[in-house]
Amino acid sequence: MTATAYDAPATEDDGPDPGATDTRNRVRGRAFVLTAALAAALLVGCLLSAGLGAYSIPLGDVLSSVQHRIGLGGHALDRVGESVLWNVRLPRVVLALLVGASLGCAGALMQGVFGNPLAEPGVIGISSGAAVGAVASIALGLNFLGNWTITVCAFAAGLATVLLVYTLSRSGGRTEVVTLILTGIAVNAFAGALIGLFIFFADNAQITQITFWQLGSLAQATWPKVLAVLPCAVLGLLVAPFYARKLDLLALGERPARHLGVDVERLRIVLVLVVALLTAAAVAVAGIISFVGLLVPHLLRMANGPGHRFLVPGSALGGALVLVAGDLAARTVADPAELPLGVLTALFGSPFFFWLLRRTRRKQGGWA
Amino acid sequence: MKALRRLFAAGTDRELPVPAAPGTPLAEAAALSVRLGGRQVLDAVDLTARAGEVVALVGPNGAGKSTLLAALAADLPAGSGEIRIGGRPAGSWSPPELALRRAVLPQSATLSFPFPVEDVVRMGRAPWAGTAAEDEDDAAVAAAMEATEVTRFAARPFSALSGGERARVALARVLAQRAPLLLLDEPTAALDLRHQELVLRICRERAAAGDAVVVVLHDLGLAAAYADRAVVLRDGRIAAAGPPAEVFTGALLGEVYRQPVEVFPHPRTGVPLVVPERKR
Repeated sequence: MTATAYDAPATEDDGPDPGATDTRNRVRGRAFVLTAALAAALLVGCLLSAGLGAYSIPLGDVLSSVQHRIGLGGHALDRVGESVLWNVRLPRVVLALLVGASLGCAGALMQGVFGNPLAEPGVIGISSGAAVGAVASIALGLNFLGNWTITVCAFAAGLATVLLVYTLSRSGGRTEVVTLILTGIAVNAFAGALIGLFIFFADNAQITQITFWQLGSLAQATWPKVLAVLPCAVLGLLVAPFYARKLDLLALGERPARHLGVDVERLRIVLVLVVALLTAAAVAVAGIISFVGLLVPHLLRMANGPGHRFLVPGSALGGALVLVAGDLAARTVADPAELPLGVLTALFGSPFFFWLLRRTRRKQGGWA
Repeated sequence: MKALRRLFAAGTDRELPVPAAPGTPLAEAAALSVRLGGRQVLDAVDLTARAGEVVALVGPNGAGKSTLLAALAADLPAGSGEIRIGGRPAGSWSPPELALRRAVLPQSATLSFPFPVEDVVRMGRAPWAGTAAEDEDDAAVAAAMEATEVTRFAARPFSALSGGERARVALARVLAQRAPLLLLDEPTAALDLRHQELVLRICRERAAAGDAVVVVLHDLGLAAAYADRAVVLRDGRIAAAGPPAEVFTGALLGEVYRQPVEVFPHPRTGVPLVVPERKR
């Protein structure tokens, strides 16, 4: 094999390239700084979220109570404070972390698999699909797996929906934006109809439960709920980064990715499963929280380029940050009432989505 | 970090390619027939690409050139007949092993996300991740970018390039892969005069270094000047194959392209020049 220096006649500005390695190092440095900044912001967000609310707990008390519980000194709070912190606030913060990380990561993966920056579990109907499973399990009073019933039903329905959307929106190895969005509309409509049907047959208590859950909220966070989604979310989040490099190659198209040694079929199946896992984890406990998976990967791509080795874990981190902050806002801005989190993210996410659509359209010169 | 990655990759056993002696067949199609969409696109085609030679595939639109190239790349299942790559049936290699043995330049280069040029070229090194050749990554990327004259816009996003520049970046990615079999589908289509010559010179150099190069060309002059063998396709069959000087005759080309042509030797080099017959 050759390592020949091709005798390319030197042109005016084709010199050796000392800048290339510098650029790479700079990009790597930026990824590191971004990761550190996101992690720091996330930590601050978690502490604030644990302390602020109807019953305010000073930051120092939060820290010392946590210290006390893990056996590193500190001291326990009074009975009310301890109960608020450990039975109300912290499960909620942990749930926000899990759900946010799942949504952000699922968005980044999905955009990579579809090769389309507009793919997002909420937009293309995966979340609604998973919601059908969850609503069905509530309305039919299913309880065959105890605590995990809703999660498992959401996963099954979500998986079926991903597969459906994937087959419907692809032609000739490509996913066009229009086809994808239109498929999303159809799937969302169908899922909405199914959910309506289940609500029609549900009793009053179930209807209230379903309605609040559907708006997207973390208000009913408890440790058992955290446990119910933990396996799904953690499994998905652990598997995803291993496929980052292959996702980069997939950006070239299916055939070129195969030419570079990627088993495209297998990659696709694994990632679709992971997306379904992550979406189910998020939807099962928090209802439909849209646009997080769209917004976060996009901002990170703007900040650090499209390389998935940073984007996939970065989006998990960013998604967690957005949701922790969003949940804090949802329960403090309209104090003492509480805004549904899904309403809040949609309020901010939809204009962003609109802007993205305009930009994509302009770049492609219309949808044709 | 690198050691850790090697540890991970060690589980995926890959047979590395060994350098082939000149003349060794690296890609073979035997009695290959392919049907696509109910149409017989290739019909009993025999073709061998050997280490050290440049083979040009020429022929009119829809003759089956790209299909033949895709079949040689193991993209398409053979309807009947056989494809062998590196001496073994194409189906017996795993995708990572195939990627070490053949590199493919598609007709049009697309990218879903705006990766910078250098990252795109570096994607060509992916098959070698976890092997000893990984250490050559930087050198291979730099050499490929220099050869195709894209070093100057290494940091620009791929989406901001012109058609011809994209084509050269795509070629650089294929060169960086350093596979012993190069399959290029119209590498010169979007290029200016200088870069057309540059690309074909690169093909010659790769052949001289022991690789097999199969290249689809529309410019018969380029094919005549740079190819060791030209294969003329018509309606999915091979109409003629051999050294360009023997194959490119006015009678054959006129009939295959349904356009009368004149063929005459270049006054200085003697290489055949192909010109369509024009009134004036």
